Amino acid sequence: MNDQLYQDRIVALAKARTGAGKLAPPARSARRDNPLCGDRVTIDVRLGDDGRISEIAHQVRGCLLCQASASALASVAVGRDKAGIAALRHDAERAIGREPGEATEPFAAFAPVKSHKSRQDCVLLPFEALGEALG
Amino acid sequence: MKLDVAGIRRQFPILSAVIDGQPVHYLDNGASAQTPDAVLDAVRTYETTGRANVLRGVHRLAERATEAYEKAREEVAAFLGVMPMEVVFTGGCTAAINLVAYSHGSLLKSGDRIILSELEHHSNIVPWQLLRARSGIEIDVIPVTLDGRIDLEILPRLLTARTRLISLAHVSNVTGALLDVRAVVAAAKTVGARVMLDGAQYAPHGPVDVPGLGVDFYVFAGHKAYGPNGIGVLWARPELLEAMPPFHGGGSMIGRVTFAETTWAPPPRRFEAGTPPIGPAIGLGAACAWMRRLDWPGVHAHEMALVQRLMDGLQEIDGTHILGPASLQNRYPVVSFMLDGVHPHDVAQTLDSFGVAVRAGHHCAQPLMDRFDLDGTTRVSMAPYNDNSDIDALLTGVKHAARTLR
Repeated sequence: MNDQLYQDRIVALAKARTGAGKLAPPARSARRDNPLCGDRVTIDVRLGDDGRISEIAHQVRGCLLCQASASALASVAVGRDKAGIAALRHDAERAIGREPGEATEPFAAFAPVKSHKSRQDCVLLPFEALGEALG
Repeated sequence: MKLDVAGIRRQFPILSAVIDGQPVHYLDNGASAQTPDAVLDAVRTYETTGRANVLRGVHRLAERATEAYEKAREEVAAFLGVMPMEVVFTGGCTAAINLVAYSHGSLLKSGDRIILSELEHHSNIVPWQLLRARSGIEIDVIPVTLDGRIDLEILPRLLTARTRLISLAHVSNVTGALLDVRAVVAAAKTVGARVMLDGAQYAPHGPVDVPGLGVDFYVFAGHKAYGPNGIGVLWARPELLEAMPPFHGGGSMIGRVTFAETTWAPPPRRFEAGTPPIGPAIGLGAACAWMRRLDWPGVHAHEMALVQRLMDGLQEIDGTHILGPASLQNRYPVVSFMLDGVHPHDVAQTLDSFGVAVRAGHHCAQPLMDRFDLDGTTRVSMAPYNDNSDIDALLTGVKHAARTLR
């Protein structure tokens, strides 16, 4: 066996299911599909008066990487505005090797995805959905 | 006599490759099969001793190229049991279906109906939707049974006086179910409808008796049938080809061109505009010749034994479910399964780490996934060169995924 991708930290993030579920309306919501693999992520967010995320929830019908990414994102999204989420995305892109530099936690856990290009979009799909929900 | 699987394997150079220290367990043949020396040699011979355009030049290389290209058409025709002039080379199976949908489809009128099934590959759905948008045809859909077969009991209820064509997968690329072609042809005849078969998953498993099937159109892909990429085949009854207008315009497909009027070449040339994929066609001809030499009863028994070994092994792993026929009857060696609590991509990725190549996802059959409310499946698709070690490596990987990912 030559298994490098499914390291314990990624599996733990997915199993934690942080933020899994739905928010009751009124909440902003967006769904993104990956037409290549069929992964589907729905993100619900509620914003405070200052434009920062006060609540976030996600529903993932997708692979373990997508679940882990949604879980990681939900764990650090509250209190951030659009720019703050963009900064997190840069961190995730650094983790998977799409941008130079070192990623910080929790996205550093996705470093093994660097060498699996076909799976990198799985990590970014929750960001796509959240970006759309934030408008 | 027992099939010489080791002898077959030796003809496929990639099967002896070692990748990252692991042997290749290639079980993704439904996506693309591997290519034997006979095909590689034929393409190399063309490229190194006869490379030129076809049907144009008078020099010796052009004559060699044309001869090899037309010889390939003869090999494909022999594989299908039809006449060479009824064989159209296309860019692939999808291109062949699009050709029929566009060209034969242009003869259909608003309100005419065609019948597809719920398990079709997107390539046998979307071209018809494009035709619907262009010309106002209607599409009727045969549902599938719980065990992943096209439910032919429903077919008679969908037939109308306006039904013009029934286009179905000969073998499902997801469930492996073999279509009861005789029943479809008989039903079609009651309303005078034509029948087209998508043979992408059938042709790699033996010569196709097209006359015996009694269908009107047959298409398959080169790269799934041990040939090169970029080549596919459309066979149609000659009177249908003759009635069809061109799909693409350009060189080779014309009779005479003036600015006032252009006349068309007869089939198959009418549908092969421009320089065709010459090398791939020659390779596919070699693949068909190679397939015709195989002991197909022996191959079929071998492939079905692999299916049985796979299904027995999966059954022993807690939480696995097969999408498709549970028995070996009327099924081909394409097996889809789900593992509770583990996404198919994660199963496939884990299998890759064991050197096992499979396909995971919706398999370009999203309506079928919707039917069963699935995100996708893991698909194991076999070829004559697969052996027990491939299946056993896969089962080891599935057990590992079950143990570590849920």
